Amino acid sequence: MIAESGHYALVLALGLALIQSIVPIVGARWRDAALMNVARSTALAQLLFVAASFAALVTLHVTSDFSVANVYENSHSLKPLLYKITGVWGNHEGSMLLWVSILALFGGLVAAFGNNLPLSLRAHVLAVQAWVASAFYLFILITSNPFLRIANPPLEGRDLNPVLQDIGLAVHPPMLYLGYVGFSISFSFAVAALLEGRIDAAWARWVRPWTLMAWIFLTLGIAMGSYWAYYELGWGGWWFWDPVENASLMPWLAGTALLHSALVMEKRNALKVWTVLLSILTFSLSLLGTFLVRSGVLTSVHAFATDPTRGVFILLILFVFIGGSLSLYAWRAPALKQGGLFAPISREGALVLNNLLLTTACATVFIGTLYPLALEVLTGEKISVGAPFFNFTFAPLFVPLLLAVPFGPLLAWKRGDLLGAAQRLMVAGIVALVAMALVLAWTYGGATLAPLAIGLAVFVIMGALCDLAERIALFRIPLSLSLRRARGLPRATWGTAFAHAGLGVALIGIVCETTWNSEYIGAMKPDDVARVAGYQLRLDGLNPRQGPNFREMVAQFTVTRDGEKVSVMTPSKRNFTTRGASTTEAALMTRGASQLYISLGDTSADGAIAVRIYHKPLVLMIWWGPVLMAFGGMLSLSDRRLRVGAPKPAKAARALQAAE
Amino acid sequence: MTRKQRRLTLIGCALVVLAIAAGLVLNALRDSIVFFSTPSMVAEKHLGPGKRFRLGGLVEQGSLKRGDNLAVTFTVDDGGATLPVAYKGILPDLFREGQGVVAEGALDASGVFRADTVLAKHDETYMPKDVADALKKQGHWKDDYGAKPSASAAPTQGAVR
Repeated sequence: MIAESGHYALVLALGLALIQSIVPIVGARWRDAALMNVARSTALAQLLFVAASFAALVTLHVTSDFSVANVYENSHSLKPLLYKITGVWGNHEGSMLLWVSILALFGGLVAAFGNNLPLSLRAHVLAVQAWVASAFYLFILITSNPFLRIANPPLEGRDLNPVLQDIGLAVHPPMLYLGYVGFSISFSFAVAALLEGRIDAAWARWVRPWTLMAWIFLTLGIAMGSYWAYYELGWGGWWFWDPVENASLMPWLAGTALLHSALVMEKRNALKVWTVLLSILTFSLSLLGTFLVRSGVLTSVHAFATDPTRGVFILLILFVFIGGSLSLYAWRAPALKQGGLFAPISREGALVLNNLLLTTACATVFIGTLYPLALEVLTGEKISVGAPFFNFTFAPLFVPLLLAVPFGPLLAWKRGDLLGAAQRLMVAGIVALVAMALVLAWTYGGATLAPLAIGLAVFVIMGALCDLAERIALFRIPLSLSLRRARGLPRATWGTAFAHAGLGVALIGIVCETTWNSEYIGAMKPDDVARVAGYQLRLDGLNPRQGPNFREMVAQFTVTRDGEKVSVMTPSKRNFTTRGASTTEAALMTRGASQLYISLGDTSADGAIAVRIYHKPLVLMIWWGPVLMAFGGMLSLSDRRLRVGAPKPAKAARALQAAE
Repeated sequence: MTRKQRRLTLIGCALVVLAIAAGLVLNALRDSIVFFSTPSMVAEKHLGPGKRFRLGGLVEQGSLKRGDNLAVTFTVDDGGATLPVAYKGILPDLFREGQGVVAEGALDASGVFRADTVLAKHDETYMPKDVADALKKQGHWKDDYGAKPSASAAPTQGAVR
């Protein structure tokens, strides 16, 4: 019954979405408030039904109802409860249902909290939202229904892919989807603006918090996924430039650009047309990401789905929405009024530079990700574009961006003073040079690029602090007065500083991890000692253990440093009986921001076990950086300016005027 | 500055950045692309030593030999030809004889493929797509190599559609 109810709720949600796609638009054309208001109730009802459908699938997984194909293929009665729940989105059908649930959630949020939006704008936004929703409901119902029954129910399920049985999976996909799908709001606003042929600063004020929210989730989602790959896949890598990772990085880059250009639009009423285009591009890249992951076109570690009908369907969705919105843009964008003059050296100018570099970097990732696919389709030749490509293209574009980051907030709107900004950044520059010299002296004869990169990172962090110090006039006026000023600073300013500093923090982590990573790989027998980065690791022994749905071989290592015992580490190798698959559970020991990492390989006939030990200096900073960025985003989101409703647009009474 | 000059400055900057990016991309595409080959393709093309490529195929049954200090050798077979592979390190969890594998590296002077990476795949039923395509093309594809769970499991055939 539950499966059928879930299926039925999903069909009802499709019906509601179809109504929501058409009626509000008609209402807006006829200037009929009642029809336009239909959007609000349908969006909320749609959320209710999708939530019911999702809850039904969760219930089926929790109660291990193996008469449902999706549960049978991805669950097991002995699986821990947490993984029964997370297993819901550990497969294609369930993750698509999560996708539409989040889409409906955002639609519902706009409906619930969009009371201060002009009626016709809200109607248009929710209608566009419903177009996207309808397409994905159809996709799920036609090609990937999670509620299909099996005629002769088996007694036991096939279990979830063991690699996915991890707490990382509980958090990573929902976060990522909240990010991906969150950008649908700015997309809907952009398309609505194009349909209405009208756009103003108030529009940007509504779009920015939504974009910011999506961006925060995407940032955390990517960081989470990266950390998960780091500890779960057992080779200590945290970013592989895998197409699926790129698929999430592209919307992030475009979204970051959008965040900044929306700022210009909100404050200065400039870059309107560009902001609309970026909104469309960002969500298009999110859709592309969904396509790349879900269609299985890629030779990728993430490809769960291999059914071509799904690929064709998503490709169609992609084509209609991206092609349609870009055509609409080409047709209607010239009608949008341009505004806001500014000199090249100004806050606006800096933000344009930011946008230019971010979108170009995004384009290089796009080329690197899709070129192999295009080449294969056109010539049949198979190539792979690996990390070196991205390191050679992406990194050089990020260097000028990072150099420019500290300058941006110090420049005035409209016309800035570059020399003045440089003077105020003097302290940051000096600290960066000192840091560079220290690192260079300490690692004399080693890598030359790394100290430079560290200097750049320090410059970015110090630049963010300089900006704050400048604003509260630190050391120039009495400290108490400075503190009072600090309290009075808008939270968005603190947010900017945190987010920019996070960039520097992440860079330090990346440089340290890649440059001064030390490793030991070898076969060890009990009582053997390995030496890595000043630590001695003694293998005490190997013990078998029984888990809930797996057996594991646990190796115990005693870690000592200078003769003193530091810790005991227990990496293990798990064998999942149902799928006959094994996973490696790495053991991590954290010291400050650095980590010691052990993962196990095979046991040989003579009782020796293959061991891989890494010492990764400051590796945790790679993830602290994004967390700082997200924290900055949250501060900015809590800014009073964004919470207080945006002012009504000047021409709110337009609906009463005669049609043009 | 007039509006026109400002716009030209902007467009100029954009073009400079794009030109630099295009240069970087083209340069990187020339240097850092790795081609995919199977053992028969290696034999046909007479790939010389030192040229990096990705080798794909099936690990031949009984060919895996473990040496000292994590050195391993195995043979990759695509039904038409075989190629010996040498690797030092820990093989991924899903590496098995008779299953698909993708390794990256180059041939040495004696014709042995020296792999520095053996790629791991998430799913144990997942056949590397490149390998599957190449095997299909050469007519050595057997359906049970990369059988999906739903195709191999009898009970799902009764699924209500």
